[in-house]
Amino acid sequence: MVVSTNSAPSGPRTSPVVKVSMGFVAVAMVCLVFADISITTLDPWSEMKRMAWGAVTPDFSVVAGIGMVIVRTIAFALLGVALGALGGFMLSQVFHLGPVRWACASVRAIHELFWALIFLQMLGLSPLTGVLAIAIPYAGICAKVYAELLEEADLPALRILPRGTGMVSALFFARLPEVWVHLKTYTSYRFECGLRSATVLGFVGLPTLGFHLETAFAEGNYSAAAGLLIIFYVLIATLRFWMRPKLVGFYVLAAPFLLGGGAAIDMGNIVRFLTVDIVPAPLRRGSFLDGQTWSDLGDWTWTLLMDQALPGMVTTLLLTQIALVATGIGALFLFPLISKKFFGPVARSVGHVFLVVMRSTPEFILAYIFLQLWGPSMLPAIVALSLHNGAIIGHLVGRFSDEVRLRPDSPRGLNLYGFEIVPRVYGQFLAFLFYRWEVIMRETAILGILGIATLGFFIDSALADIRLDRAMFLIAVTAAFNMGIDILSRRIRRRLRLRSQAGRA
Amino acid sequence: MAFQLNNEDLGYGGDAVLRGISLTVSAGERVALVGESGAGKSTLLSVLQNRYDGNSALIPQDPGLVRNLSVFHNVYMGSLHRHSAAYNLLNLVWPRPAEVERIRPILERLGLADKLFERAGQLSGGQQQRTAICRALLQGGDAVLGDEPVSATDNHQSRIILDALTETFETVILAMHDVDLALEYSTRIIGIKDGGIALDAAAGGLKRADLDFLYRD
Repeated sequence: MVVSTNSAPSGPRTSPVVKVSMGFVAVAMVCLVFADISITTLDPWSEMKRMAWGAVTPDFSVVAGIGMVIVRTIAFALLGVALGALGGFMLSQVFHLGPVRWACASVRAIHELFWALIFLQMLGLSPLTGVLAIAIPYAGICAKVYAELLEEADLPALRILPRGTGMVSALFFARLPEVWVHLKTYTSYRFECGLRSATVLGFVGLPTLGFHLETAFAEGNYSAAAGLLIIFYVLIATLRFWMRPKLVGFYVLAAPFLLGGGAAIDMGNIVRFLTVDIVPAPLRRGSFLDGQTWSDLGDWTWTLLMDQALPGMVTTLLLTQIALVATGIGALFLFPLISKKFFGPVARSVGHVFLVVMRSTPEFILAYIFLQLWGPSMLPAIVALSLHNGAIIGHLVGRFSDEVRLRPDSPRGLNLYGFEIVPRVYGQFLAFLFYRWEVIMRETAILGILGIATLGFFIDSALADIRLDRAMFLIAVTAAFNMGIDILSRRIRRRLRLRSQAGRA
Repeated sequence: MAFQLNNEDLGYGGDAVLRGISLTVSAGERVALVGESGAGKSTLLSVLQNRYDGNSALIPQDPGLVRNLSVFHNVYMGSLHRHSAAYNLLNLVWPRPAEVERIRPILERLGLADKLFERAGQLSGGQQQRTAICRALLQGGDAVLGDEPVSATDNHQSRIILDALTETFETVILAMHDVDLALEYSTRIIGIKDGGIALDAAAGGLKRADLDFLYRD
């Protein structure tokens, strides 16, 4: 027998995937040391009992009154997503241009709640505020995904088009039909996200389900809150029954009339917002020619950076890294619940219900609920982010694990989990998790509105003080920070050669 | 002259499949490219297609169909350049009777009339190939380049197809594996072997045995 002599040094070698995972866990541990985690409410147990009681005694009597609210929530989601998808599609045709790619990256780096807060300043509580808050970031997301779908598609018919065929004809005959199914699937997934977004927009005052949900919670009327949440789940669970392809056109045409009234839009407001309010204060007061103005601007920027942006970024990063690892751990625990490899049909359907509820509930609402229970600290945010995102990734990994083929004499239970399944799904799992990284950070920033001192907290405070120049500066910082994470995540995915087959988690 | 190559290396990327190729094809010629599969016929065809600046129709080996569209739409694609974008889109959602009547006889000739509004992806391989030929016939022009257009059809159908192509196009360049049909339908045979042109002669003076060496190691 020939023994190779130039083999690698003996002893186990750690794979880069494991090294990166351990690195992230270590970073999260360090973050935990600096994180503020505590339960500050005096009696969380009795509040939890009241919530649990509310959950088992849902009150649907509010439903009769809010039929119109449901319709309005759907209308906001529908119009926002329709405009976003249309705009995104047009942008995807020119997505190869650098400036377009950057513009799309920056609009999608800003959460729809921040967009809503911006448009509230410009347009007031008009329906347009809600529609644009959804449409603009969604256009940025759709542009990217549509462009990727078109690029990845195999387009054999492009070769044979007669010379002189116009661009529009080529697009509709040779390109679109090949990717139509994928576009449709992705857009309907976006609509589900849009329903969540429209609901959450209620928390900043738009007349959707979220508005009534917040009222119910604020009043401690947990039965009503449970009723509203159940309606929301039913809405999402029955989506494929009422969102028929043939009816979409009709729905979109009807939607503008169902958004409800609102404050009239004042052109003066818009002009003032764009030309005065968001201009940094020193520039507004001083003359451009005066050296003092520019040194004031320097001070203004420096103070804002050191006192607000930097602390906000540190908290956002701490929370994001802890939540990312907690999400990962959550997903690894949750995925067996729906995997055929571990449970029978009855247990699996329970698992499915739990995962569907967790991933349908926006993390903002989950965080809001936990905040009521435990008081302001990072704890509610961490639990909310890891439950919601863990359920999403757990669902995808669970489905993926069903496709793993095992030898007939494979082990069972924990051994099966540890030796056969996790090693096989780990790459996919990490790919999903890194895709989610940027989403988790975007959400972390937004949870500041609820009082956790992330970037969103400082943005919300600046808006409350009507210091729009500061708010816009901080929103820009948040967007840049988010784009940085996106780039980093892409680098790591490429380095580890992670490619998610199911695409975008 | 219609097509010309002067001492050129052809291939994808840096790897030349064919080296030092010089070739001139004049208008009105009917050329058959023969040789073993993998010899470089497809490479030569696609270079000729790219260089040609007149009106030429292409029948690639992968028929280049849009699987989700009907046979009508796939054939109609051969005339996209003749109409405005608006008229093309109208036909996409609502085929105009005038266009249907223009396309139907072409399909009838190739035995596809009953498939007019069937999705291309649901057709058999041979039917897909014939759909691609119908598209080229509708497109017209002064030359057609075909990569094994009769590889999935029986002898009877092959003759119908070759008749139609030679009637419609002044210049015809086809890669073919059926040597008898190649000798019968073309005016000139180009044999490819070992990365170069091993035979270039008028079809009239050749017999089947003269081509055998192309297929031997």
